[in-house]
Formats: sequence, structure tokens, C-alpha cells
Amino acid sequence: MKLPIYMDYSATTPVDKRVAEKMIPFITEDFGNPASRSHAYGWTAEHAVEEARRNVASLVNADPKEIVWTSGATESNNLAIKGIAEFYSKDKGKHIITCATEHKAVIDAFRELERLGYEATYLEPEANGLVDLEKLRAAIRPETVLVSVMLVNNEIGVVQDITSIGNICREHNVYFHVDAAQATGKVDIDLAKLPIDAMSFSAHKTYGPKGIGALYVRRKPRIRLQAQMHGGGHERGMRSGTLATHQIVGMGEAFRIAKEEMHAENKRIKALHERLLKGLTEIEEVYVNGDLEHRVPHNLNISFNYVEGESLIMAIKDIAVSSGSACTSASLEPSYVLRALGRSDELAHSSIRFSIGRYTTEQDIDHAIDVLKQKIGKLRELSPLWEMFKDGVDLSKVEWAAH
Amino acid sequence: MAYSDKVLDHYENPRNVGSLDKDDPNVGTGMVGAPACGDVMKLQIKLGENGIIEDAKFKTYGCGSAIASSSLVTEMLKGKTLDEAESIKNSAIAEELALPPVKIHCSVLAEDAIKAAIEDLKNKK
Repeated sequence: MKLPIYMDYSATTPVDKRVAEKMIPFITEDFGNPASRSHAYGWTAEHAVEEARRNVASLVNADPKEIVWTSGATESNNLAIKGIAEFYSKDKGKHIITCATEHKAVIDAFRELERLGYEATYLEPEANGLVDLEKLRAAIRPETVLVSVMLVNNEIGVVQDITSIGNICREHNVYFHVDAAQATGKVDIDLAKLPIDAMSFSAHKTYGPKGIGALYVRRKPRIRLQAQMHGGGHERGMRSGTLATHQIVGMGEAFRIAKEEMHAENKRIKALHERLLKGLTEIEEVYVNGDLEHRVPHNLNISFNYVEGESLIMAIKDIAVSSGSACTSASLEPSYVLRALGRSDELAHSSIRFSIGRYTTEQDIDHAIDVLKQKIGKLRELSPLWEMFKDGVDLSKVEWAAH
Repeated sequence: MAYSDKVLDHYENPRNVGSLDKDDPNVGTGMVGAPACGDVMKLQIKLGENGIIEDAKFKTYGCGSAIASSSLVTEMLKGKTLDEAESIKNSAIAEELALPPVKIHCSVLAEDAIKAAIEDLKNKK
């Protein structure tokens, strides 16, 4: 067993060796610029880029012409949100809607638009992390131009009902963008059927390289967007900049493998998820964050009551996980996602996100369960809150000296 | 985040974990912090007949630096008079543990815990 055991696949995944092998020739030998039309170096690179585009499109059942290369899902989200809002706000208006539990790349793009004079609504999700369709319907106004909701949540793994959300958007003639960075290879996506206008993808969450992503932009009916990166007019003017052939080849190969193997892989990961869930819920006072049914099995976000998240991460250094709480990034705020679910600060502070993937084994899961059981016990021995809980003190009634 | 060796040592092998009888007239209990902020420290000191702190125990809910700060404080307190204990400054704790700026509040909390425990003890007299 290789230590620390990697259980942070939602942060990033290793590049599949098959993907890395396919990329290497495009760094050294086939280094041509895909935009060079005048010689074979360019043609070879262009051919590889277009094959990758077909592979990405094929995983989500889109037309290759609907795929625009970007540097990653953050850029895709920015391009879709700002690009659509800017292009269509003249006709539609300047109101935009998203959910409070979206990734920062969406939330902060919305904040930027607010700064530019747009009005934004941040829907509070239900306690299970899902968007209430009636709340969405009620939030839409005549001047609403765009709705953006993610498919799979990065912190808690819940899967939003993007079909119903998209249908509501269609009824009201509102554009709909979906951040699918955490979804590819995990859930089936059929863009020929889904009522979605733009969708963001990332390579490195699906065993491809970092630094490359894509944006799906619907062609029928045609969606327009204002470019955010200006230059040589690459990607039909939507995203200028020389294409990173080797990265693109990597993303294409990663998505091709995902399409081929995802159903078998997801079955295996579901079994691992159940094993982990069963083992960890044998511990007293644990709470799973996010809906247990509408979720990907790759994620398990769980709060260990009366234990603080950062010290827990320190205690389980043989397991590479992240704290649902952002303490690790030096900000002392608990996770805004868990807070939006209505979790108490204590539970939000005590959460751990386990995310498993292609190379996780049963032994890894069993080891993680053993370590957790042991360390939670140790930290609770240290915890005055645990002592009070065991003495029957109602912690919500205690007057704390906040600091 | 990289922790200093001293923080790691106190975190891995915390000294004086536990509880003293809070109803004992010679025991002072200080509980500071709030769960919502991510750290709660409970510090208890027991005064001997000679006016010297003869025992100190702690329990802490918090990050590694908070646990290390309170563990260190229990070591510092033993053998001190209340006046000496009261003069322990957070900067001494932070320096001893080489706490990074973002974790200075842990040492402040530990100093507050000492003051709270002493006050509780004085109120009992």
C-alpha cells in the first residue's frame, strides 16, 4: 500500500498512464502549431486536436463543433457566464441566477458581473444540497438572462436535476449554463437531449492533465457569447490563443477512456463507497453531508461531531483527504457549502471530504476506516465538547465566548 | 500547512490531557473559545497548600496548534505561583511553538484560558 493513500480525487486525479503516453509525442516530435496550415507539422497537430475534440464531444453526445478548448473549468465557467451575460443582456436584461453552493469560479464570476451592474440571485439549496425547483421558478424574472447550476457538487458530490432546471429555463427563455467539471466519467451526459446551452469541462478531474478544459456551446439553436480572450481568433473567435496540442490530446484520450470504462468503473466505485460509508457510520455522532441518493459514489463528505477538521486531517496524515472546512487554506471560515446546507458551524468545521477513484482499492478503504476509528477516538478523548456531550450537556444552550 | 516539530510533538504526545474535579475548591477551571470558531480550550489548575500550582490538565477542541498551545501551557504552569502563571504571555507560547501568524490566535486563546482558570480559582476563595 502506498502511503499516504490518495483519497482526494475531487481535487485532482493522476493522469492515466495511457493518457500520458499519448501526450508525449506531441511535446517533442509532433510539436507543430495546429493553426499552421502551410505544412505537415501543422496538419499533424490539427488532426490530433480534432480527434481529441471528437472524443470529448462523444463522451457528452455533442457535436465536435460545439466544443471550445479552454485552459480549464475555471476559464470555461468565466467564458460561459460573462460571455453569455454580456452578449444577451442587451435584449434580455441584467439579472442572473446561480446556487450558493457553486464552485468559486462560478460564484466569483457572478460577483464580478454584479460589480459591473448586474443583479444576481444566489439560491439557497435544500438541506440535502439540491436546488428546489420551485424556488428557482420563483427567482426567474422577465429580465433574467442566465442561470448557472453545477451538475455534480465538488464538496458534497450531490447531482442536481439539470434536466428539470433546464426545462424551467427553456419555459422562461433563459440561457442555462452547467459546470460539469466534477461530472465527466461519473454520470451520463447526453447534450443532444439535455436542455442546456453551455457546459464546462475539465481534464484533470477525469485522469487527464491539468491546464486544459473545454466549453460546450450549443449550435442548434445557436448560442453566442462575448469572447473574454482576444487575439488570433482561434476556436471560431470564442477563445483566442495557440492551442496546447499535447494537453488537448491528453484530454481527448482521458475522455475516450472515460466513455469506454465509466460504467464498469462506477460500479466498482459504488461498492467502495458503500464499504467506506458502512465503516465510517459505525462511529458515533457522524453526519453525512449531501443527499445520499442523488449523488456520485466518488464523494463522501462526512462530519465527525466534536472533532475539529484541521486536527483530524493532521491526525490522519496517512490519508490524503481535504477538510470540507477551508481551515487548511489558512482561512478560518468553515465551508460555505456546508453552511449553505444549514449545517452548524461545529459540523461544518468537523467535516472531511473523501473522494475516491480509479486507483482506490478495497485495502485502501479498510485502512482508512481503521485509521479514522482510532484517531476519532483519540481526538474525542482530547475534546472538551465530547466530554460535555457525554455528560449530557446541551452544547447549543452553552454561552460561548466568541472570539 | 507545515507545522513546527514542537507543535507536532505536543500534538502527537499531548501532555496532561484530562480533567480535574471542577467542584474541588483548589481547582480552577477556564473554558474559552467557541465551537463555531473552531476552537474550545478547557484548562484546569490545582493549587497546592503552598500556593504553588501542583497539577494542570487540559482538553482542547481545535486545530493542531491549539492542542499544542494548551498542552504546552499545562507544562509551563506546573510549579508556578498564581502571579507567575498570570504573567505568562501568548508571545512566549507562540515563540516556543514557532506558530505561524495565522495560528497566533491559538496562543492568545491559551493565555485567555490561563486567566480564566485563575479567575475561577480566585472566585472560589
